[in-house]
Amino acid sequence: MAKNAWPSADRRKNIGARVSRLDGPVKVTGVAKYAYDVKRENMLYAKILQSSIAVGTLTEVDTSAAEKMPGVVAIIVQKDGQGNLPKISYAGDMVATVAAETEEIAMEALKRIKVSYEAGVPQMDDKDPSKASGRDQKKDQGLDDDNLSADEKLKQVFAAADTVSEGYYGLPIITHCSLEPHGQVTEFREGELYVWPSTQNVSGYANGLTRSTGLSADQIHVDCQYMGGGFGSKFSTDKWGEVGAQLSKQTGRPVKLMLERDQELTTAGHRPSAFANVKVGVKADGAITAMEVHAWGSGGQRRFRIPPTPYVFTKIPHYRTLGQSILTNRGLTRAWRGPNHPQAALITMSALADAAAALGMDELAFFKKNVGLTDRAEVYAEEMDVAAKLIGYREKAHLRGDKTPGPIKRGLGMSIHTWGGKGHNSTCAVTINPDGSAVGRMGTQDLGTGTRTVIAIVLADTLGLNVDEVRVEMGSNALPTSRASGGSSTVGGVSTSMRDASTNALNTLLDKVAPELGVPAEKLEAWGGRIQEVGKPSNSLAWKDACGLLGAMAITEQGANPTSDGTNLTTGGVGGCNIADVSVDIETGIVTMNEYVSVQDVGLVMDEKTAESQLYGGAIMGITYALFEEGIYDPTTGAMLNKDMEFYRLAGMGDIGTIKVHLMRGPKYEDRGVVGIGEPAVLSQGAAISNAVANAIGVRVPELPLTPDRVLDALSKGGVA
Amino acid sequence: MERSMHLTVNGKQTTLITDPSRSLLDVLREELHLTGTKYGCGKSECGACTVMIGDEAVRSCYEDVGDVKDRAITTIEGLSSGETLHAVQEAFLAEGALQCGYCTPGMIMRTVGLLTVDPRPSDEKIISWMNPNICRCGAYPKIMNAIRRASRLMSEVTSK
Repeated sequence: MAKNAWPSADRRKNIGARVSRLDGPVKVTGVAKYAYDVKRENMLYAKILQSSIAVGTLTEVDTSAAEKMPGVVAIIVQKDGQGNLPKISYAGDMVATVAAETEEIAMEALKRIKVSYEAGVPQMDDKDPSKASGRDQKKDQGLDDDNLSADEKLKQVFAAADTVSEGYYGLPIITHCSLEPHGQVTEFREGELYVWPSTQNVSGYANGLTRSTGLSADQIHVDCQYMGGGFGSKFSTDKWGEVGAQLSKQTGRPVKLMLERDQELTTAGHRPSAFANVKVGVKADGAITAMEVHAWGSGGQRRFRIPPTPYVFTKIPHYRTLGQSILTNRGLTRAWRGPNHPQAALITMSALADAAAALGMDELAFFKKNVGLTDRAEVYAEEMDVAAKLIGYREKAHLRGDKTPGPIKRGLGMSIHTWGGKGHNSTCAVTINPDGSAVGRMGTQDLGTGTRTVIAIVLADTLGLNVDEVRVEMGSNALPTSRASGGSSTVGGVSTSMRDASTNALNTLLDKVAPELGVPAEKLEAWGGRIQEVGKPSNSLAWKDACGLLGAMAITEQGANPTSDGTNLTTGGVGGCNIADVSVDIETGIVTMNEYVSVQDVGLVMDEKTAESQLYGGAIMGITYALFEEGIYDPTTGAMLNKDMEFYRLAGMGDIGTIKVHLMRGPKYEDRGVVGIGEPAVLSQGAAISNAVANAIGVRVPELPLTPDRVLDALSKGGVA
Repeated sequence: MERSMHLTVNGKQTTLITDPSRSLLDVLREELHLTGTKYGCGKSECGACTVMIGDEAVRSCYEDVGDVKDRAITTIEGLSSGETLHAVQEAFLAEGALQCGYCTPGMIMRTVGLLTVDPRPSDEKIISWMNPNICRCGAYPKIMNAIRRASRLMSEVTSK
């Protein structure tokens, strides 16, 4: 009888091994079809007209000239819930959509739509805390005192510190910039809707279309086998999903509506900015006693939520965190990989590194001294040691300010981070056929993270087969429901449900096989392509022969996370330590990455190869927001000025230096169960790189990205120059 | 203004009537249904649309189809011969040099372009050559390994 638990290390054949991704072959040959590649017969092409103003009201949208263009088939003008022209809250908001015979005609028709506005004055400033609105968000710890108010207590604990360090830190709004833009192809057939979206949410996507189409969710068929990146921006159906479906319904023809690159940057997802004044109180020996954070920032028209500070060092005895939200006329905030944690890491870890520098203490020694203020002291201490060794900390480290002669200054900086990453709800089914074929079915999605491969690994290991002997069906909402891929919750969710279902299916098979092998099912196991008496290959049947005993009836069993028997195969809460090694040219202000080390605990590693890829990818995405990324907006008009990939710069191969990644393995980590890795991979880079630059040049560059102008500006106020 | 023209793509000649100022990317995807070549930015800024024209890796979103009508064009679909993958494809697979895979055809074609002009590139050459092609998932370290591997694979084949 197979047990619904992860196999012990010696019984893992594919789990934790270096398995090549199953989506590799179709992706290296160009065969993989993304939403952007779907072409249906008689398909129309739709393009979106965006608002040129950032705030105000549309007074008239005149589509008459566009409608007269040959090849234009339908035009939809946006309306609000009451059927009126909508209010505009950012430059790039949707105004109208044209469906035409070709993309060129649709683009040309957009130019012929006449839009009249009553424009207001946009509020674009997110750096001035006096512009904050709404109630304050506040969190106090250790400020209760019978004789003192919390304010007085805070003053008292800072007065008792040996050194108080103060600083200002911040990071701007950035975008997701997935390489495949948002969008979908929609088609009505016999009263039902078929959609091919680029989505992180296969099972949930249809719910967003029921109201606008008047269909029930079971009449909406969603298919997304491959998608070109989402990073938190592709959960929802979006206005363009609704409009695409409406155009299909109206015209009776398939409609392709994919965003252009500039639209992707202006409208398809922003990460909120965050800025903070931070005060840290420390004892002469380096012990942190107090912290005060006053943070503010903007999530566009959505409320800014204060980053969770103090980050990781949550047991700082006395602290106050105060947060205020500023509304600005920028594109919509969406979850951006590890929501609010990169911000919290920058604010906390920069302030702590500055406190260490104020004490004249080595940064690593300071972090280690205070590791007891974290929830997982032993893990972080171990990770710091691994990271330090990998980067050669002892040989390279120096106190703040590289005193060597010449314009190139080198420095190290570090940060630690945390994330949940427990598996989400997931259901699935496993079928074992009498011919020995086995298939796992699940309505989940593979963002390129390796989900498809992990599902196959679990199915194969449970049935004692090789990965290429099982099949996975996914990416469709006709399959058992699994949740959206966000927050690093997928791997724990899908691996648990698949282990559950495949164990159930195997046990049904073992019941059939037991009489044949003359031992009870409890004493049977699947191993090495056979069903055998536990530990006794001499009493066994080859997998196919065992399945042959099923006769005509295949086995299909269900599985879920949470599992029906209550077994927990996934957990949350991981820690990581990153160290950056940079060089800064103090004459030009250019920061160069020498080396970057990412050490991460992720519970039970399912596929070492794709897990490593996630760590590499996260490090690079983090280097990118640390050095380059910033949405730049005209303060007067509110228009995004760098809405292309030349001026919204992403790191290339030459920008990243050498990256070393390390997964914490072994029973201490892996016996905890499966935890996600997408988020933890990308949380510390802003902080670690900012700390490394400060260590190199002797002065803090307060805001990300660490562009030459910001570096030179900081140097003009101090440092080694 | 539409014109009739011959295009040679992946060794096959086709005749089509189209506007010569259309981008090669658009024609490949919409007329020839070769969707392996991707749209990423439409402005030659990301490299997702890279194809080979003759011996040169070129960004097809910025190339007018009328300008390439007499040249041999190779897309990702034309790289393998039957079931046998090109060495660069093999190397990308073996190293796992991709995640979402949307930039991958462009990365592979640019690598083919590199190894055509420099079969044994130094790491510095690989970095400077590949730098303009953008991977948002951040597969660069494994792409680097894949290019080194492809270079080895191809030199083994030619030295046999």
